[in-house]
Amino acid sequence: MSVKVRSVPRVWRERKIKYRLIGGKCPNCGKSFYPYRDNCPYCGFKGAKEVELPREGKVITYTVIRAPPADFTQYAPYPIALVELKDGTRVIAQLTDVNIEDIRTGMSVEAVFRKYREQGEDGIIEYGMKFRPLLKS
Amino acid sequence: MKTNNEVGIAGYGAYVPLYRIRDEEIARVWGRERSRVPIIEKSVPGMDEDSLTMAVEAGLNALRRAEIEANRIGVVFVGSESPPYAVKPSATVIAEALGIGPKIVAVDMEFACRAGTTAMQSVIGMVSSGMIEAGMAIGTDTAQGRPSDELEYTAAAGAAAFILIRKSKKTLAFFEGSYSYVTDTPDFWRREGERFPHHAFRFTGKPAYFRHIYEASKGLMEELGLKPSDFDHVVFHQPNVKFPLEMAKMLGFDKEQIELGLLSGEIGNTYAAASLIGFANVLDHAKPGERILVASFGSGAGSDAFSVVVQAAIEERRELAPKVRDYVMRKINVDYSIYSRFRENIKMR
Amino acid sequence: MEKVYVVGGGATKIDEHWDLSLRDLMVQASERAINDAGIEKRDIEAIYVGNMSSGPLQGQEHLGSLISTWLGIPGVSAYKVEAACASGGVALHSAFTSVASGLYDCVLVVGVEKMSDAITSDLTSALIMADDQEYVAFTGASFVGLNALVYRAYMERYHVKQEDIALFAVHDHKYGVNNPYAQFRKEIKLETILSSPLVADPIRLFECAPVGDGAAALILCNEKKVRTLKHGSLIELAGSAVATDALSINYREDILTLKATRVAFEKALKMARIERKDVDLIEVHDAFTILGVIHLEDLGYARKGEGWRLVKEGEIEIDGKIPTNTMGGLKARGHPVGATGIYQVLEVLMQLRGEAGKNQVSEAEIGLAQNVGGLGGTVTVNLLRKVR
Repeated sequence: MSVKVRSVPRVWRERKIKYRLIGGKCPNCGKSFYPYRDNCPYCGFKGAKEVELPREGKVITYTVIRAPPADFTQYAPYPIALVELKDGTRVIAQLTDVNIEDIRTGMSVEAVFRKYREQGEDGIIEYGMKFRPLLKS
Repeated sequence: MKTNNEVGIAGYGAYVPLYRIRDEEIARVWGRERSRVPIIEKSVPGMDEDSLTMAVEAGLNALRRAEIEANRIGVVFVGSESPPYAVKPSATVIAEALGIGPKIVAVDMEFACRAGTTAMQSVIGMVSSGMIEAGMAIGTDTAQGRPSDELEYTAAAGAAAFILIRKSKKTLAFFEGSYSYVTDTPDFWRREGERFPHHAFRFTGKPAYFRHIYEASKGLMEELGLKPSDFDHVVFHQPNVKFPLEMAKMLGFDKEQIELGLLSGEIGNTYAAASLIGFANVLDHAKPGERILVASFGSGAGSDAFSVVVQAAIEERRELAPKVRDYVMRKINVDYSIYSRFRENIKMR
Repeated sequence: MEKVYVVGGGATKIDEHWDLSLRDLMVQASERAINDAGIEKRDIEAIYVGNMSSGPLQGQEHLGSLISTWLGIPGVSAYKVEAACASGGVALHSAFTSVASGLYDCVLVVGVEKMSDAITSDLTSALIMADDQEYVAFTGASFVGLNALVYRAYMERYHVKQEDIALFAVHDHKYGVNNPYAQFRKEIKLETILSSPLVADPIRLFECAPVGDGAAALILCNEKKVRTLKHGSLIELAGSAVATDALSINYREDILTLKATRVAFEKALKMARIERKDVDLIEVHDAFTILGVIHLEDLGYARKGEGWRLVKEGEIEIDGKIPTNTMGGLKARGHPVGATGIYQVLEVLMQLRGEAGKNQVSEAEIGLAQNVGGLGGTVTVNLLRKVR
């Protein structure tokens, strides 16, 4: 069986959060998180505020995917990192515009709008934020 | 053409992808003499890029320079001949990615390499008329170069975005006037369903590129009562290096005037973004008071020409976003096999 | 709460069973457990099926009704319980609660997974369903990749070499040799592991639990039912606990600690009224070598950053300070994901019954199985105590 998780409405539902890196900030405990939802994942307070997260951060740790899931097979190998944004929020994202051998823990990166995958050659295209080394250091 | 209310540029931005392929490398694969190539190298979009993603970055840079809230932009027009969808406009995705809308006019436009400047013509009209307060015009392409064809040596990728508002002290430059010249000239075309365009070889020269830019530029200068020496910079559409240099001579411009706006030798022909990226590079360097002529050319065929005067506000605000040279200098060279992989020229089914 | 006893266990060997379907595996393991318990099929009042991905990989849901039909005991309560790779452990926990509550006298729990029909990329897509589909799977991350993030961070924070972490797999294979259910029954050299292909840097192929098909089952009974069985040995499921942690590691303060392990472990110890030092052997969820090391730390047998020492210094051997993965662990015995939690408990059962052969931990009386879902999003601890 082929395992292709493709949904058009879901891409539409999630677009604002993914296109603009929208997270949540909890007025109760002060923590920020990605993606946005109204329940704080830390203290459970219902009433987190939508925030446009900072677009710069650093690589906490990274890996290179060499055995990719379906719909990503043509892009492998590609790097995935845990990125900590300037406000402390952490996200998991692909790195781009970088040679694999040049990736370092701690390197400064910035968010860029890129294509993540296509729902097949004739399906819709899913976009989101990846991170690249700073254009200007 | 002049406008009832003067229109200026609030912000501008460009984007060129990271990767390059040297023309020598393309020549190696197809057995051409290394010396017989039109440019040094051209830009290559990465696997996760398309004309839409590049436009988003150019648009973001324009917003940074404009210092305008995204929700005040009332129109997004995107000119491209390589949109990721044949039906479903890039403009909608770009707008949402930039936080623009939904109370906006948005559409994708096609007119080969002139689509970006035609987008700009349209936005000038909407801003001048008062229909909208601010509008964004974008030219973006990931040009499709047919392997082994002449145009493979220059078909590149890039984007440029301009945010226009009514002229004020806050604008970085303003339009004195514009002129468009359009005829049915089939110099270069792509039929529905085809991957790569065709061109008519030498027919793309005099009857197409040269004629239309000549007529549009001359028409503009006549209308405004200007001559070549009144301009500090001139930017032409740049499918290679030879054509714009010749064009400059034909119209009476000299080499110094065309230098800043001519980047095709280093990044190739970015199609709908070409003249706009050249224009952006001029804006990155120009001094207040300088006058710029920008003339695009789109096959099919037509040219948009603009006369623009730089204002004082540019000196500070151009520093607010990466400059064209920041992108041009940032590069990683790839060989033909990686280039082919990136451009999806390798059959996988 | 009533006391719950594990009175029977059975399993299939773990392998790429091209000739056995998902339902064949479930039935085989269940029937072996039923026989081992010496009960009749009709004694079973409820069935708990642990499984993660029958839907995506086999197009089959409704495993409860499927197994009661295929076993030939329609009518009983039966349903699937899922918690990613902890499905087996949580299914056991559900079974436990149903007997401990007094609701049922005798129940069957079976964990099953059929993975080998799928090609690698489809399997990878199925397994990443253990993490956040919308925001993590979306990035093209694989489950191995997420663990690789932890692996690299661990090496960098504690200055530990990969070769010391990879030893965990060498350990597992040594004990897999004597486990008749194991997928791999040959020892493996460290050099072989370190030169195997990279799957997600730095994780190498032979540091990953293999892909295989298998099913394992247990029969749980209460005191009343046990008295009718006349068994020599008697093993109690003395502690059973489940805990969750954030679904994805980007929410965690410390990505090198699986908090849910500590929570579940402490709950299980408390329930069984014992302390860590009373535990004679442990089965930990080493889907990847790095996890094996981290679990030793989170269970409190080593300080953070020192778990690998226990392996290197032989303390997890069957005669070491804390015998671990005594029948091959996930790496050698195998990891048909939804079944693993039951295999682990079955192996503890074998140890406590004195049926572990060459792998026997001497005088084993208390053992536990730690089964993990996702990257610690769920951890279950099931603790067995030998009564006689």
